[in-house]
Amino acid sequence: MKRSIVCRCEDISEEDVIQAIEEGYTDIEELRKKLRIGMGPCQGRVCIQLVARILERKTGKKISKIPLPTVRPPLVPVSLGTLACENDEKEI
Amino acid sequence: MKRKSDVVIIGGGVNGCSIAYNLAKKGLDVVLFEKNYLAAGATGACGAGIRQQWSTRENALLAIQSVKIFERLNRILGQDIEFRQGGYLIAVHDSQGMEQAKKNVTMQRSLGLKVNILQPEEIPKVAAILDVNGMRVIGATFCPTDGHANPFKTTFAYAHAARNYGAEINTHTSVVGLKVAGKAIRTVVTDKGTIHTDVVVNAAGIDSKEIAKMAKVNLPLKPFRKEIMATERLAPLFEAMVISFKDGIYFSQQKEGQIVGGIPIPEETEGYKTMPTFAFLQHMSQTLTRYAPVLKHVNLLRHWTGFYDVTPDARPILGVVKDVKGFIQCNGFSGHGFMISPMVSKLLTDLIAEGKTSEVLESLSLDRFKGKVTEKELSVVG
Ligand SMILES: Cc1cc2nc3c(=O)[nH]c(=O)nc-3n(C[C@H](O)[C@H](O)[C@H](O)COP(=O)(O)OP(=O)(O)OC[C@H]3O[C@@H](n4cnc5c(N)ncnc54)[C@H](O)[C@@H]3O)c2cc1C
Ligand code: FES
Repeated sequence: MKRSIVCRCEDISEEDVIQAIEEGYTDIEELRKKLRIGMGPCQGRVCIQLVARILERKTGKKISKIPLPTVRPPLVPVSLGTLACENDEKEI
Repeated sequence: MKRKSDVVIIGGGVNGCSIAYNLAKKGLDVVLFEKNYLAAGATGACGAGIRQQWSTRENALLAIQSVKIFERLNRILGQDIEFRQGGYLIAVHDSQGMEQAKKNVTMQRSLGLKVNILQPEEIPKVAAILDVNGMRVIGATFCPTDGHANPFKTTFAYAHAARNYGAEINTHTSVVGLKVAGKAIRTVVTDKGTIHTDVVVNAAGIDSKEIAKMAKVNLPLKPFRKEIMATERLAPLFEAMVISFKDGIYFSQQKEGQIVGGIPIPEETEGYKTMPTFAFLQHMSQTLTRYAPVLKHVNLLRHWTGFYDVTPDARPILGVVKDVKGFIQCNGFSGHGFMISPMVSKLLTDLIAEGKTSEVLESLSLDRFKGKVTEKELSVVG
């Protein structure tokens, strides 16, 4: 069967999301923690809206009522070596 | 929502859900309220390390007995909680630290735990990425059966199993009041209605203090903000959790390959502020790359905050309170409430379902703060 990918970073498909919703994970944070959607390098900018939409379709919860997870700093990946530099002026 | 139950549990973290499971399995009628989603509190933010190497006997005992349960939990709950035993390596930096380490090891061995004192040259054999000079160590202790589990999967597995035994678990439902009459719990008020019960378990994490106030009980709990970070995924590098009481650092590599770890923020104060800080990132990466220089080239991906609910002696508050009958405490875990949750929930279940108390419950009751000097847990990180 062809998988339609919703989270590219973590390789999670629409079918995976639907299965988890059917198992009772009906909150976007619960789905995120179960499937790791949104935990990849893009931090969910690609996938969270898609997952929210699937959740809306499956549960009937309105999308505006689904709380979206917070994006956590840093906004782009930074190396530990860079962060460890004493006098580094780099913004995160 | 039910209008009456044997027990109401406040809080859907690992402790609330495991108590719900254990009580429901004994045939009690259980209702749990979680104001947010499951594992929304400390449980969802935590490192989920499981360590048996403690300085107080009762923490060591709780952890050792909990590991025995963790080892069977996949089978008991019917879901994979990703429990792995890669061991904990505790860095020792000076003679004073070594003296305490030897004392701890003697006590831990008397409880049957396999734990060793390592010479510096033995440390890279446990985790090849570690640099003994950078760590500034004179030795370490290592227990191979310490480990880690997935906190979210553990909580959800407990909740799922609890529901199978008939527990009612209500998420997005806040407890807003408790009604006490004749010195006993009678009613729990939520934003979605009230429910009658004789027993309430206060497992609300840092909010437990507010919950207790609703029954006019004062808990000596303070919230301490903690930051934690995760790197990108890497091929498997090491299995142990590495920690130091002196530097406060802890880090390990998780199943998916990311390195997760934390360290106290330099100018830490108690309070509820949640924004992550740059000071943490800098302090963490400096210490981490000192311990494991190869990690310089690794990218940090995410960084978040959670709270420790800290008591004056860094030990939890468990069991009954004198002034309000039926009001059971399960809070104050001071940063190590995940690893002991299997045993904590078992002891509280024995108390609630059978009225059985135990030496550990007695020594961890709220009453201990009245007057007496208590033994402080010294082996705390993060
Ligand atoms: C950064 C960090 C790292 C940690 N690392 C480790 C570790 O390596 N090993 C370890 O063992 N422990 C660790 N801990 C500690 C551990 O996370 C906690 O001790 C444990 O998760 C506590 O679980 P709990 O179920 O008691 O509380 P919580 O998980 O905090 O659950 C309490 C729940 O109660 C809910 N609640 C609050 N008020 C109400 C209300 N009025 N009505 C309804 N619900 C309410 C909250 O939403 C929350 O979900 C760490 C903690 C942090 C912050
Ligand atoms: S696509 Fe899901 S985290 Fe990047």
